[in-house]
Amino acid sequence: MTHLLAQLFPPSVLRPMELGADASIVIATVAIAAFLTRKRRWGWLWREWLTTVDHKKIGIMYLIAAMLGLFRGGVDALLLRTQLAVPQNTFLGAEHYNEIFTTHGTIMVFFMAMPFIFALFNIAIPLMIGARDVAFPRLNAISFWLFAFAFLLFNMSFVVGGSPNAGWTAYAPLTELRFNPSVGENYYLLALQISGIGTIATGINFLVTILRLRAPGMTLMRMPLFAWSALITSSLIIFAFPALTVALALTMLDRLFGSSFFTIGHAGMPMMYVNLFWIWGHPEVYILVLPAFGIFSEVVATFSGKALFGYPAMVGSMIAISLLSYGVWVHHFFTMGAGAAVNAFFGISTMLIAIPTGVKVFNWIFTMWGGRVRTTCAMLWQLAFIPTFVIGGATGVMLAVVPGDYQFHNSYFLVAHFHNVLIGGVVFGLFSGLYYWWPKMFGYTLNERQGKWAFWFFLIGFWVTFFPQYLLGLEGMTRRIYIYPHGLGWSLPNLVSTGGAYAMGVGFVILVYSIAYSARHKDLDLTGDPWDGRTLEWSMPSPAPEYNFAVLPKVSTRDAWWTMKQAGRTSIRLGEIEPITLPKNTGMPFLLGLSFFVAGLGAVFSWWPVALAGLGGVLALLVWGWFVETGDHVIPAHEVRRSETLPGRLEA
Amino acid sequence: MIGQVQTDARERPLEFRDRRDNLAILGFWFFLGSDVVLFSCLFAVYAVFQGRVAAGPTPRQLISLGPVLVETVALLTSSFTCGLAIAAMRRGRTGPLAAWLGVTMLLGAGFVGMEIHEFATDVRLFGTWHQSGFLSAFFTLVGTHGGHVSFGVLWGAALLVLLWRQGLTPRVARRLYTFSLYWHFLDIVWVFIFTVVYLAGKIT
Ligand code: HEM
Ligand SMILES: [Cu+2]
Repeated sequence: MTHLLAQLFPPSVLRPMELGADASIVIATVAIAAFLTRKRRWGWLWREWLTTVDHKKIGIMYLIAAMLGLFRGGVDALLLRTQLAVPQNTFLGAEHYNEIFTTHGTIMVFFMAMPFIFALFNIAIPLMIGARDVAFPRLNAISFWLFAFAFLLFNMSFVVGGSPNAGWTAYAPLTELRFNPSVGENYYLLALQISGIGTIATGINFLVTILRLRAPGMTLMRMPLFAWSALITSSLIIFAFPALTVALALTMLDRLFGSSFFTIGHAGMPMMYVNLFWIWGHPEVYILVLPAFGIFSEVVATFSGKALFGYPAMVGSMIAISLLSYGVWVHHFFTMGAGAAVNAFFGISTMLIAIPTGVKVFNWIFTMWGGRVRTTCAMLWQLAFIPTFVIGGATGVMLAVVPGDYQFHNSYFLVAHFHNVLIGGVVFGLFSGLYYWWPKMFGYTLNERQGKWAFWFFLIGFWVTFFPQYLLGLEGMTRRIYIYPHGLGWSLPNLVSTGGAYAMGVGFVILVYSIAYSARHKDLDLTGDPWDGRTLEWSMPSPAPEYNFAVLPKVSTRDAWWTMKQAGRTSIRLGEIEPITLPKNTGMPFLLGLSFFVAGLGAVFSWWPVALAGLGGVLALLVWGWFVETGDHVIPAHEVRRSETLPGRLEA
Repeated sequence: MIGQVQTDARERPLEFRDRRDNLAILGFWFFLGSDVVLFSCLFAVYAVFQGRVAAGPTPRQLISLGPVLVETVALLTSSFTCGLAIAAMRRGRTGPLAAWLGVTMLLGAGFVGMEIHEFATDVRLFGTWHQSGFLSAFFTLVGTHGGHVSFGVLWGAALLVLLWRQGLTPRVARRLYTFSLYWHFLDIVWVFIFTVVYLAGKIT
């Protein structure tokens, strides 16, 4: 019993900061539960959300999770920056610091950026390609619940058992039992494994959706660029994620079942882990940034009032990037010393990626050229993205110069580089998409004035945070150190950087406030087309109805909706409306996620009966799924007609 | 585009008739593509770890081809019987379909049984995988395939029950068809394992 308690509550989860977080979690949970009970909303929650197979609702749930991830990861970041603000600081201890940078990186990549991307895929892709649903609605819900329960599992680590502490890259042999006996790394391994299954399923789902469910007439080369980016990203997912699966699985076998893959003794080979990790890891950075490229391509065309410049080149460059991205992974460990020939090869292949990326940048600029640019919030993020990302790419090329990398590697220069591309590319893109598609999700636009405040705080905060980090890297400050002495010339840049981080925090708070404000003072979007958009999602009312399209559109050009508007073909004919069949809701995906959660938790603590019970649940639910069809429900034509009459888009 | 009917839907094989089944089959192909990458990574790990034997056995010492040949014959035959099952399905003959599927499952279960026996013997003679990187890679590569086959046996058995309960509907036909793709895929992976792990291991 005492042993169990010691395992569940090691000193690392009993620090005041952790206990404070526990208390706020308990309070928040109780408050939410009380609210749901008082408003009698539990049934509603289950029926409308937890069992939904509607891709738009799933998208919204992904979005909520991503915002929670951004909050948790952001708090972690502020704690790290607070510790580094001044030399010889004692705010966090070494171990504590390790845990926080580990959870920060892991959450930002897997539980913020990934769900945010999937949120926008889910919300926008079927609407943009004129589809009534995704190819596999129930699998889509399964993906979400695997992700959500994995997120829960990962976040539990700091409440019970202790956080992982070997960095988001979790390099062996530091993750091996001998050096890392606590359960923290198990949380990392299992949570990522579970969400990884869901991610692969999402990749398959969107591949099939985009390849097979496009509206009549929408050839591949007429697809919106965001759909192209989703297609390419999905193919990257299904071919890159298995490498992560293997890297994590082998580490887990070492830790839980005594194999000798990445151990120091027994002829293990830690470098193999690093290779596997980055064979996934480099494609992963493009899994993150290609969707952002897609969003920007939509936003820039819409707010310049022009068709995207160089569409075929945009598609071609994305394909080129995705192929090249498999051939560059060694640039993450030039210093391993693989020899001049290997390093030269990977240095050059890395630099090559800058070429298609440059093509894209020019095309975005030429799209704005001669257009009437409207600086809405969505567009502001785009405008900020271009110079920011260009600088991030340029420092990437500097890192790809192998002799240079021997200096820059694992210094703050590297830290600045990848934040430059991940924030300046991915996060800016996601925020842009958030503002852009918000009305399609909820039926009202976000407050633009507050959005601009959030934007400026975030953007300026970003540069104040990360520019000094380039300098710090050049001054020799290495990443992942928790303390540094006076007199190295590091003090001022660190202090400035911390100040910038707080400014970004303010930007985030304004954004959240603005979302709450906009939800109360709804600026309704009655047209369904608030931005004068070009693609099909703007052809329907906002928020998008459950059945997406009352009548599936016929496409004859790129920017299909724009063409329809030009030709005055914006309304649908009454007679064409037919009953619509949609899949029924089901609780199976939620329960499947729960079973995986139980299995994962059991494995984290090596409670094998619990783990087996969880796996048994998984199998039982799968078999149940084979035997019991969930069935469909039909929306009668008159109901479709009624809901389409409201926005007045019907023609007799 | 979906279910865009070039030919009369009724002329297509049963499993391709329904729009959703059509989609599911394409999705399953993508899943198999993803699984190919998974096995490729494990093969790469094995290739690197082959010589990392520490104090444990070398591939040559570990491997005895006799039982493995029997396993191979069992699995290859099961792929053939699985093909016969699908051929029977195409002709709409439920009896032979169920029979051949049953034979496939038995051969699969036999394969798994023999592999477990092989592994147990290995551990008895040479100790656990803790001993070396090579043993870890060997058991993981071969075991991942074996795990896939075991799952396949459960899946096939469930499908037999499904067939018995629901008859040969398009949905059931599609499930049988994707199962057969999975099963042939495992056969191909095994051919690589047999060559790369067993034959090459015995020769070098
Ligand atoms: C022209 C484009 C780019 C080039 C040439 C480039 C080059 C590099 C190089 C050489 C490294 C390794 C440096 C070292 O470890 O010493 C690196 C690290 C990294 N890059 Fe890039 N990069 C580019 C774009 C991107 C993009 C678009 C992203 C993400 C959206 C990204 C994310 C990262 C990350 C996450 C790391 C390392 C993370 C870690 O070690 O924890 N890079 N980059
Ligand atoms: Cu990289």
